[in-house]
Amino acid sequence: MTEAVKAPSAKQAFLEPLIANNPVMIQVLGICSSLAVTSSMKTAFVMGIAVTAVTAFSNLAVSCVRKLIPGSVRIIAQMTIIASLVILVDQILRAFAYDLSKQLSVYVGLIITNCIVMGRTEGFALKYPPLSSFMDGLGNGLGYLMVLCVVGTIREIFGAGTWFGMTVFQTVNNGGWYVPCGLLVMPPCGFFLLGSLIWLVKTFRKDLQEPREYDTHREDY
Amino acid sequence: MLQHYISLLVQSIFIQNMALAFFLGMCTFLAVSKKVSTAAGLGCAVIMVQVLAVPANNLINTYILKPDALAPGLDLSFLSFITYIGVIAAIVQVLEMFLDKYVPSLYAALGIFLPLITVNCVIFAGVSFMVQRDYNFPESVVYGFGSGASWALAIILLAAIRERLKYADAPAGLHGLPLTFITAGLMAIAFMSFSGIQL
Repeated sequence: MTEAVKAPSAKQAFLEPLIANNPVMIQVLGICSSLAVTSSMKTAFVMGIAVTAVTAFSNLAVSCVRKLIPGSVRIIAQMTIIASLVILVDQILRAFAYDLSKQLSVYVGLIITNCIVMGRTEGFALKYPPLSSFMDGLGNGLGYLMVLCVVGTIREIFGAGTWFGMTVFQTVNNGGWYVPCGLLVMPPCGFFLLGSLIWLVKTFRKDLQEPREYDTHREDY
Repeated sequence: MLQHYISLLVQSIFIQNMALAFFLGMCTFLAVSKKVSTAAGLGCAVIMVQVLAVPANNLINTYILKPDALAPGLDLSFLSFITYIGVIAAIVQVLEMFLDKYVPSLYAALGIFLPLITVNCVIFAGVSFMVQRDYNFPESVVYGFGSGASWALAIILLAAIRERLKYADAPAGLHGLPLTFITAGLMAIAFMSFSGIQL
């Protein structure tokens, strides 16, 4: 959470969440969809774009009306704004990419309850002016898209030998040499990959490591 | 007929486990699973809201939102998301007030979890799946209970494992959340064995 005294500049708001404060790897939000839609790049990419659009525009909209929303009903007000945007995204997907919207099934609707969207409107847009809120939403969405693409790339290339549906490794079934690793396209693998990514990040960012409740190296047990 | 409902229940609890087969409600699944007692409290709250929210949205969907339901030629299904989330938020709010007034002991145990549940994707996903699969009213009651119970089962199991994991000597970066991810992945593999069951 950025607890700056004065509003961060638009550029700062955009760049911060990309790497330094990535919503998935560092804040561990929005995990549901990043596990479920990453078995192929196409779905992962479309989902990332959808979430980016919803986060950016809901931040913009909430920030514009932030002084008019009474504190007690702010959750409902934000939900309504987010839900309207998600309906828009869903209708657009159905109109222009019907197959993909069938593949994503309920996960498009679940953007409403994605913690990243709600977390940004609640934590950023309610406090800061529209432009930097919009950039913050864009940055968070792209940070999410980035992680989705990394996980999606690994899963699709090694799980099916393709990338965006294009053949990278010729699989044995098609007369090639690559035996696809079936585990990678199966659901549990998302957990392993994302866990390893967070492990990697935490190895380099010592400040994020969780303190131990028990010292397992103590001698006198 | 009874057989149909039992198989729907078993299917929704084990084969289509909300947390371990569809990865829903992950934020709370990972954040609130440090102790079995808290996990059980949250699990109960989810079951309760799910049993109310899925049938309620089923009725609203059948009699208001479906094409030609309210008036001939009127298709309100584009309003679905906004209606569902509104109904869920309202149910959680009413349940909170009801428990506060009439069952204070339960409110003390579950109270802090209830507001969390509005933004928990399990409830919303339960409703979405119910609509997608065209369940009728009795089926939606059974499915609501089953899907809530499946999530509760998963979070209680994970909390039980995590209570032991804190004694483990894992590498510094792996300790905590990353280790929980990998544990959940192994649990998901274990639950995949249920997918062979034919009902």
